[in-house]
Amino acid sequence: MANPIEQFKILPLVPLKVAGVDISFTNSAAMMVLAVCLTTLFLTLSVRSRALVPGRWQSLAEIFYEFIAGMLRDNVGSEGRRYFPFVFSLFMFVLFGNVLGLLPIPAIGFTYTSHIIVTFALAAVVFVGVTVIGFWRHGFHFLRMFFPEGAPLVTAIVLVPIEIISYLSRPISLSVRLFANMTAGHIILKILGGFVVTLGSMYILPGVLPFAFLSAVTVLEIGIALLQAYVFTVLTCIYLHDAIHMH
Amino acid sequence: MPQFDPALFTPQLFWLLLTFIALYALMALVALPKIGAVLDERQRRIDDNLDKAAQLKAEADAAVAAYEKALAESRAQAQKVIREAADRLAREADERNRAQATRLAALIKSGEQRIAAAKAQALANVRAVAIDVAASVVERLVGQAAEPAKLEASVTAAFEEQGR
Repeated sequence: MANPIEQFKILPLVPLKVAGVDISFTNSAAMMVLAVCLTTLFLTLSVRSRALVPGRWQSLAEIFYEFIAGMLRDNVGSEGRRYFPFVFSLFMFVLFGNVLGLLPIPAIGFTYTSHIIVTFALAAVVFVGVTVIGFWRHGFHFLRMFFPEGAPLVTAIVLVPIEIISYLSRPISLSVRLFANMTAGHIILKILGGFVVTLGSMYILPGVLPFAFLSAVTVLEIGIALLQAYVFTVLTCIYLHDAIHMH
Repeated sequence: MPQFDPALFTPQLFWLLLTFIALYALMALVALPKIGAVLDERQRRIDDNLDKAAQLKAEADAAVAAYEKALAESRAQAQKVIREAADRLAREADERNRAQATRLAALIKSGEQRIAAAKAQALANVRAVAIDVAASVVERLVGQAAEPAKLEASVTAAFEEQGR
């Protein structure tokens, strides 16, 4: 039985080193490229006919568009319009990372969202971007965010550190949530898959039970893949709202 | 776990940066404007059609109003014609009745005159006959003819005694 951690291994497909920095094209990079290509192909080919009454693919593309546009409108308001391409790209990147990771793609099959460095980098971009937008729109008044309006001044001693810690922990919670969900899910799938193989090879019948369970968990994992992409994006929208409207 | 191996961070970060910027550019410049254009176009078409429908409805309403106005007008016109005709007929009938009545009255009057004349004539004849009869009677009874003037006077007196 394969080690359940093995699936997270980075395999350099094209080793590259520029100025002493390792930038090898790995299975992770290949999946990122695949995700970008599939997203772009899906969204451009589906609306190529520009049908007034959309077909299935065009409908799907429009649903994605309107889903994210609606999310941004509901959570941020009209000021969020300019960040739509970023939020949409973020959603599609995470969504395709999660969903493609569930597919047994030969040679490069990999879930890049199960790597903390990837999710943390995305979360850090969101965090830094949101902070910059906050200071840019409100100047030093943005620091008021760390002290709730109308609270007694004495409570500042407790509230301000709490607010600062909660603000700084945003990128960590955002990235760890996604990374942990993906990693745990894939480990469970791998372990259950191992049960199916070992039990199934010993006696035919006992393999059926873990297989049924594995099927159910696979469905659950598909749900989690979609949900986590949604959660990542909706939290980004909420952070954007805080930066633009300050609570 | 390979996730926590810092040696694997740089290649992933590099390719993440590259692919995510590529995705952002493709989304912002190609895919999203396309989808947005399709959605805008559809919204525009829907709005257009709604406008057109509202316009057609207004036209239909105007046509109905015009039709009803024309109907009311022609109904009023018909009423007027009927009323005029009825008035005219009533007037004519009145005139005819009046003319007929005067004609009949004239006829009755002339008839009455004729009757009165005939009656006077008859009465005059009766006096003459009475005088003649009286003369004959006197002649038979007395044996000689009576004086005509006396006879006439007594017949007249007798007539007056009878109340005539």
